[in-house]
Amino acid sequence: MSGGSWGAGGVAALIAFGPFSEPVTVSHYMVVGAVMFVAGIVCMAVKRNALGVLMGIELVLNGANVNFVALSSPYLQANGPGLGLDGQAMALFVILLAAAEAAVALAITLNFYNNHATVDVDRAEDLKG
Amino acid sequence: MTGHSLLGAALPMVAAINWHSLFFLLFASLACGFALAVVFTTNVVRMALHLVLSLAATAGLFFLANAEFIGAMQLMIYVGGTLVLLVFGVMLTAQQPFVSIRTSARDQVLAGVAGAATLAVLLVAVLSVGRWGLPASGEVDAPTATPLGMALLGVRVDAAGGGHSGFLLPFEIVSVHLLVVLVGAAYLARAKRRRTPRPVDVLASADPPLAPRPAVAVPGGVTRGASRSALVGSGDAAGGGA
Repeated sequence: MSGGSWGAGGVAALIAFGPFSEPVTVSHYMVVGAVMFVAGIVCMAVKRNALGVLMGIELVLNGANVNFVALSSPYLQANGPGLGLDGQAMALFVILLAAAEAAVALAITLNFYNNHATVDVDRAEDLKG
Repeated sequence: MTGHSLLGAALPMVAAINWHSLFFLLFASLACGFALAVVFTTNVVRMALHLVLSLAATAGLFFLANAEFIGAMQLMIYVGGTLVLLVFGVMLTAQQPFVSIRTSARDQVLAGVAGAATLAVLLVAVLSVGRWGLPASGEVDAPTATPLGMALLGVRVDAAGGGHSGFLLPFEIVSVHLLVVLVGAAYLARAKRRRTPRPVDVLASADPPLAPRPAVAVPGGVTRGASRSALVGSGDAAGGGA
């Protein structure tokens, strides 16, 4: 029993004094944004399905949004909110533009599918010289 | 007795947990993990599911950063609107050969190297700014929905925005932009009348091998190719050969 109690105490100590007690800063959010951005870039480059490319674009825009919100937050920075409300307004506009872009891109994809019977972007070579 | 000592040892530990950090780590790992899952999944339907989960976890990150209005908009517009649109696109085009299109191994390795290099550069750049690594000192309690709504209508009531104008002009531009985009999307996606059969119809009608295309004689002498596509109603695929 004492071994079990030691183990549980160790886990609790790890939780309390490990990364869980460290305050969150802008850098943490920036790392998340960077990972999402790079995931989106790789997704755009690798996927051959046109909808996969669209999903990569959404990931990139979302990574940028994470950075905007982090820089505008008063909870994360030592000397007050960096961007303040400007960052949040920018994030809102990015979300709206992403929705508009997704609508148009989806319409183009469906049109392409209608005309070429495929969604493989490597087959879109009508304009190739 | 062991239970008591265990509880006594655990309680201060639990009290020492920074719940903000705990939930940040939870949502951050969810967002990053599902974003990477989008990249590494080949099935496009599963990619859409992973994207939904990643964006929803990002909304949690927004809530943790005092941006509750942005978080709610992320859930409503992104997860509720944009991704429903994407899922519709996936479902409309998810014919068997397109559900998982393979990329060549060479392209995958190239993209992986380029992505790793980009990530390394970004991480070095992010972690080299010392000011971003310092945690906030004082307690802040500032709801942002009202100031943000006022700012969108052109009135800045927050302290940091003193002397700046609001976002009335960008707000109007975005509104008109959305209207134009919706009209344009409806125009692009509408079913057109066409003179030659679409490749989709040719593929669909060539399904039984070497069978002649089923044709329906319409009074008036117009022959109409039978369309098996769900995208376009049969009335729009007029004119197989007039």
